[in-house]
Amino acid sequence: MARFRVNGVERELDIEPDMPLLWALRDELGLKGTKFGCGIAACGACTVQVNGNPVRSCVTPVSAIEGTDIKTIEGLAVDVGGSKQLTAVQQAWIDHQVPQCGYCQSGMLMAVSALLEANPNPNDAEIDGAITNVCRCGTYPRIRRAIKSLSTTA
Amino acid sequence: MKINRRRFLLGTTVVGGGLLLGYASTRPSKHRIANESAGSEPFLTTWLRISEDNTVTVIVPHSEMGQGVHTSLPMMAADELDADWNLVKVEQAPATDLFANGVLVKGFAESLGVSFPRFLDGLATSATMKVAEIMNMQITGGSSSVRFTGELGMRAAGAAAREMLVKAAAARLDVPETELSTRLNYVHHDASGRSLSYGELASDAARFEPSSEPKLKDEKDFTLMGKSIARVDIPAKVDGTAAYGIDAEAPGMLYAAVKTAPVFGSKLQSVNADAALSRRGVVKVVELENAVAVVADNYWRAKQALAALDVQFEASENDQVNSQSIYAQYDTALEGELNEDIAEGDAANALENAETVVEATYRVPYLAHAAMEPMNCTVHFHDGKCDVWTGTQDNLGIRGRVATVAEMDENDVTLHGFYLGGGFGRRLPTDVNTIDQATLIAKHFDVPVKTLWSREDDMQQDYYRPAVTSKFRAGFDANNQLVAWQNHYIGKNEPAEAAHTPYSIANKDIAYADSETHIPFGAWRSVAHSQHTFFLESFVDELAHRSGQNPYQFRLNMLGDKPRHAAVLRAAAQKAGWGRNLAPGHAQGIALQESFGSIVAQVAEVSINNDGSVKVHRVSCAIDCGRTINPDAAASQVESGVIFGLTAALYGEITIENGRVQQTNFTDYEMIRLHDSPEIDIVSVDSGEALGGLGEPATPPIGAAVANAVYILTGQRVRELPLKNYRFTAAPVETAV
Ligand code: FES
Ligand code: FES
Repeated sequence: MARFRVNGVERELDIEPDMPLLWALRDELGLKGTKFGCGIAACGACTVQVNGNPVRSCVTPVSAIEGTDIKTIEGLAVDVGGSKQLTAVQQAWIDHQVPQCGYCQSGMLMAVSALLEANPNPNDAEIDGAITNVCRCGTYPRIRRAIKSLSTTA
Repeated sequence: MKINRRRFLLGTTVVGGGLLLGYASTRPSKHRIANESAGSEPFLTTWLRISEDNTVTVIVPHSEMGQGVHTSLPMMAADELDADWNLVKVEQAPATDLFANGVLVKGFAESLGVSFPRFLDGLATSATMKVAEIMNMQITGGSSSVRFTGELGMRAAGAAAREMLVKAAAARLDVPETELSTRLNYVHHDASGRSLSYGELASDAARFEPSSEPKLKDEKDFTLMGKSIARVDIPAKVDGTAAYGIDAEAPGMLYAAVKTAPVFGSKLQSVNADAALSRRGVVKVVELENAVAVVADNYWRAKQALAALDVQFEASENDQVNSQSIYAQYDTALEGELNEDIAEGDAANALENAETVVEATYRVPYLAHAAMEPMNCTVHFHDGKCDVWTGTQDNLGIRGRVATVAEMDENDVTLHGFYLGGGFGRRLPTDVNTIDQATLIAKHFDVPVKTLWSREDDMQQDYYRPAVTSKFRAGFDANNQLVAWQNHYIGKNEPAEAAHTPYSIANKDIAYADSETHIPFGAWRSVAHSQHTFFLESFVDELAHRSGQNPYQFRLNMLGDKPRHAAVLRAAAQKAGWGRNLAPGHAQGIALQESFGSIVAQVAEVSINNDGSVKVHRVSCAIDCGRTINPDAAASQVESGVIFGLTAALYGEITIENGRVQQTNFTDYEMIRLHDSPEIDIVSVDSGEALGGLGEPATPPIGAAVANAVYILTGQRVRELPLKNYRFTAAPVETAV
């Protein structure tokens, strides 16, 4: 039995301990916002936060996250009086019109949110080091701009 | 209901009030009104609906794959309609015949001077699809949505609706139409201070015949076109709610993981399924002609069980083919008989009499699309019908394909479209192996089955951008003038003009040899321009250096009769500060190409890293796409195109060994990431000419621009991509000013 919290909700699943968190989220819990891109930790599309740290869920067996707090893209926006309020990072993504096809962006947003949480003013080298996700549409110039807009106002 | 059969313009009242207006230009016999119910409001699938609550709904017949078409097309209709953008809603058209993409087909046909688009030849020749079906598509490709659907369809629909609303208001207010004006969803009679909303007028308006020649606005009167409008698809893409094909959900759904013959064309020989069937969640093992699938209650379980199968594929005559043997085959073909592409003047004679002859052979490898969302398709057969959930560049084409494979009537197949996690040509109806598999697998079940490919499946079972070899000979006369241009290359693909250089050279001999391989090929962002622009613009650069001329000036001197090209080249050079002093160890390279009706010039600023690899710092990109509908969305398309082309130039390489693709995933088919993504400066050179495409034209020039800079830094001419295969040492070359 795998037990962990997802976006604040306790979850208990009767699944194999070696099932990657990605498939537990997508196919068992129906949380489809977390995406499958490569399955081998090479693209970051599946990034979620485990106790606030960015983790590639496609290679993270549920046995390794027992009892932890998982945050997915669905849990990023905060509930304010019953309505969802976007985080500053999500709003910056809209302001800078970052997504194209959008498929990589859940993972990007989870990775960038974790980065800015840990380091509110990252320099270019720190951004490059932390955000290694693939965006096949090439939204990188806007991603960098959006991150910078957040770090200067932070 | 009225149907103007000459212009295929259609106006009608919605049950419950409101106006519906559609505009199409295929044969009217192809069209019938699809009477689909959407909630309580019966709903005719067409392009524009004005409801009594004063909202305007624009129905877009193209898929959104990040190119912003769900925003730019409605902008065009709304502008002509003088609509209030805040009251405009956007819907994607369902896959019914009414949306058959006649406008697109016509646009292509006109631009190519042929009866139907050659880049769709694959459809015409494939045994299972009929030519007739080509006229029955909802294609999103060829950088065409805005150019054709927008210019020919959306604007006309918006303008015609506006005229009908004005007529209705004139009748209602009993004033001449000339005293009325339209603004933000209202018709105003300024003289009396009265105004009526479009919603109030919609039902009346539907009683007027839509004009077959609606008057379109002058550019100076545009209120939306030309402004940066936030894309309507973006909010759902930042909160995880945007749904892609892979996210399709249906009750009782099962998941299929597939192993396909690694050598294209090879067949399944034998399967021992015992080890798989005993695993948790596994429901069935399905054998297909060239593949085997495990179907389970969770994708991961299916995939694990697939790995436990003992599978054998038949040996095939292609088992010996590798990249080197393909290139050798190309070389032989180029020695043989060639097909003429362009013959102007007498190139053979000019080369014979030339003072200097320069020769070079270029080539580029196969490339995979590697769209971020792995290929997938969910299919449910039930009650003699079929539902399909997938993201595709052509909803109707895929619906037709499923019907063909399932041997059903197309009308019994419903296609549920989704956002595309990247298209780039991979999700066209010419590239249907996933769709076919998903259909055949689901036929064994009465519940929905989602067939999902792994990244490895995607990389090894693609329809690849073809590898091409291209040989050049050029001759200068005694006055150092370029007088002869000979270019012999492999395989003519779309667009037909991809190997044509814009420069004025008196004698040209451009010809090609066909050389088929067993590697499946398809359209890859910018299609044949992706190879030929690298060849053409690298070789032109060689010629500039060989004749002691500045590569920018050399090009400009040969563009006397191409003012748009010259203006774009100048704009890129100016933006980049061509010829200025750069940081030590940096150099600039330049390249130019016209594709899909747009002209693009790029200057890349490059240096060599300590490990001998290439670093691209900045790309200055000038583009003339005629006129820009949504400038910020256009800029993002250009950025995207540059990075897509640069990924290919730096890293892109699919190699063949023993008949199969060697690369497996992003570890050996690398992508540009944030750390090696350059700064990109864009200048728009809006010439006001016919609209050009935006999704593809920024991709072709970048490879040559970078390689041309590498030459200046190292003295080494790059005649084969990708650049990752080189270890350069700095050895700067003097260049002419
Ligand atoms: S899917 Fe997990 S890193 Fe790519
Ligand atoms: S937006 Fe398409 S992959 Fe990043």
